[in-house]
Amino acid sequence: MTESQIHFARQFLREEALPSPFCPGCGNGIVTNSFLKAVNDLGHSDLRKFAFVSGIGCGAWIPSPHFKADTLHTTHGRAVAFATGLKAANPELEVVVISGDGDLAAIGGNHLIHAARRNMDLTVICANNWIYGMTGGQVGPTTFTGDRTTTSPYGNPERPFDLARLVAASGANFVARWTTAHPIPAARAIRTALERRGFSFIEMLSQCPTAYGRRTKSGDAVDMIKWMKSLPVRKKDEPLGHRVPTKDLLDLGVFADRDEPSFLQSMEKMKEQI
Amino acid sequence: MTVAKDKISIEGLTGDAAIAHALKQCDLDVLAAYPITPQTIIVEDFQKFAADGEVQTAVIPVESEHSAMSACVGASATGARVATASASAGLALMWEILYCAASMRMPIVFTVANRALSAPINIHNDHSDGMGMRDSGFVQLYCQSSQEAYDTTIMAFKIAEDHDILLPVMVGIDGFILSHNVERVEMLPTDVVTDFLGIREPVQPLHPDKPITMGPLALTDYYFEFKEQQDRAIQEVPKIYKKVEKEFEKLTGRSYGMIEEYKTDDAEIIILAMSTMGGTAKAVADVLREKGEKVGVIRLKMFRPFPVEEICKAIGDAKAVMIFEKAMSFGAVTHPLAMEIRSALYEAENRPMVLDFVVGLGGRDVPPTTFVEGYEKTKKYLEKGEAPLYETLGVRK
Ligand code: SF4
Repeated sequence: MTESQIHFARQFLREEALPSPFCPGCGNGIVTNSFLKAVNDLGHSDLRKFAFVSGIGCGAWIPSPHFKADTLHTTHGRAVAFATGLKAANPELEVVVISGDGDLAAIGGNHLIHAARRNMDLTVICANNWIYGMTGGQVGPTTFTGDRTTTSPYGNPERPFDLARLVAASGANFVARWTTAHPIPAARAIRTALERRGFSFIEMLSQCPTAYGRRTKSGDAVDMIKWMKSLPVRKKDEPLGHRVPTKDLLDLGVFADRDEPSFLQSMEKMKEQI
Repeated sequence: MTVAKDKISIEGLTGDAAIAHALKQCDLDVLAAYPITPQTIIVEDFQKFAADGEVQTAVIPVESEHSAMSACVGASATGARVATASASAGLALMWEILYCAASMRMPIVFTVANRALSAPINIHNDHSDGMGMRDSGFVQLYCQSSQEAYDTTIMAFKIAEDHDILLPVMVGIDGFILSHNVERVEMLPTDVVTDFLGIREPVQPLHPDKPITMGPLALTDYYFEFKEQQDRAIQEVPKIYKKVEKEFEKLTGRSYGMIEEYKTDDAEIIILAMSTMGGTAKAVADVLREKGEKVGVIRLKMFRPFPVEEICKAIGDAKAVMIFEKAMSFGAVTHPLAMEIRSALYEAENRPMVLDFVVGLGGRDVPPTTFVEGYEKTKKYLEKGEAPLYETLGVRK
């Protein structure tokens, strides 16, 4: 194979860890691709400048063990807290958390909003599949109202989080939401996130044909990608407003784009004053 | 009189499903839980019963296990009958609230599919999670079969809610080995379970007619008294456990005891293990007996409170006790189960040699050959008159 035939992502992946454990049709492969494209576009030829942290769940397997990089695979929900310590101890590293919605927004939701409030110098990528995939399809805090899952067989009576709005409102510098049907805009947003100081959050809507597709009768991977492709894209500067996500009312695009002092900058400033 | 055969329904159930069926019949008011392998099926099955209108339970799929146990305490404080289920890291996350549940005297039933703790991540069975909550004040019952899991879950409510006890009870099954293994289970008619358990009669619930405050500050003045009472309550468990089991036996013909003894009467060497390892140990004892070896088995069901008297009596004048346990207490004299046994035997007239074999961590298989290996070693140690405090078996060294 000539060099140009080798997929750009392979230079960042541990060949011995491939193929990935993801189900056929899972969106996590596309999330991986978009992330590595952003890294490649930024001119990196390896991941030496990065450290990855993940928690528990399907999304957490994206960096660990697949990325040829330092990865800290931690406990359920705590990835952002571990990453906060890692970044504080070694600010030179680009610290990235890649995990799922169950991990980051359910059991770890508190860490997520506090890291955003703190404007902690991290990039968090959330593969949101609207369900607990790895444990077999239980209702979670991103599951749409009415969805039938293994633990909501009569339909989910609760409302889901709008993660992008939640994190934007919590104070993050950069927030965007894209889907696996939009790998190029997603890679562009991830690139901005990596370049931006402070807290950046990319919500990647990602199909889970095995748990979400099957349980909620949302079809196979292709059906779900088609649905995500049809989602509306926000206009720049359109007011955020408040809305409860539904399957058609899930807008994509950028939700926060500012450059407020990050945690590390604020710390530096405080030190100067002492 | 035992319940007539034609009233009993028989099904092939996994350990998880057996627990879910038991919970279905216990007339729960609230169940709060968070998904974690290998416990998940308990709640999934229970949700199906709720969806089909078979139970009138408020099921809350909360956002973490910390919230699950907290919601259980809240619900139990009003006098409700409450249960939850978890394992491993989920149980560890509950840790803070476990102590509150026990100290606030909430009779919550907590079913656990015992699983190893991180790191590294491992979803398979050992007893690190259960041993981690050893001192929390929960009663701990470890089961060997799906039938026992079903029976124990039902009995657990009656023990927990007894006014002499009022403590939470953990019912443990081995993750995957039992939680996902289908076995024959005989189930009682629901009205029989309803009569057996009755309705929970809370002693001091939160009620607007008679407002009280639960769990506020008790410093140097009263904190210690709370603990003194809690200790007294857990010491009452054997008495109530026996009473409840006797009643249950009348209905079903089944009882388990705090420990199960197998061929211990004339045994010179006794294998002591918990949960599903008990089954393997008994098979090993049979084979060794055929070869003329005097081997017996104690399968410990109740780990908290620790049944000291029963254990000492069952060990009798055996020459050695070989403990096979699935947890480590790093840096301790021995590992948790052996520590208990050594302490229990300290006052005994006959103090046998105590061997502590740590096995099966992270789901590493514990085949009969592991028991035989321990047995051969024990015989050598007996000859020599000395043995190491503990050993690991079945691991690369
Ligand atoms: S369960 Fe769903 S999210 Fe997990 S690997 Fe399979 S398709 Fe992907």
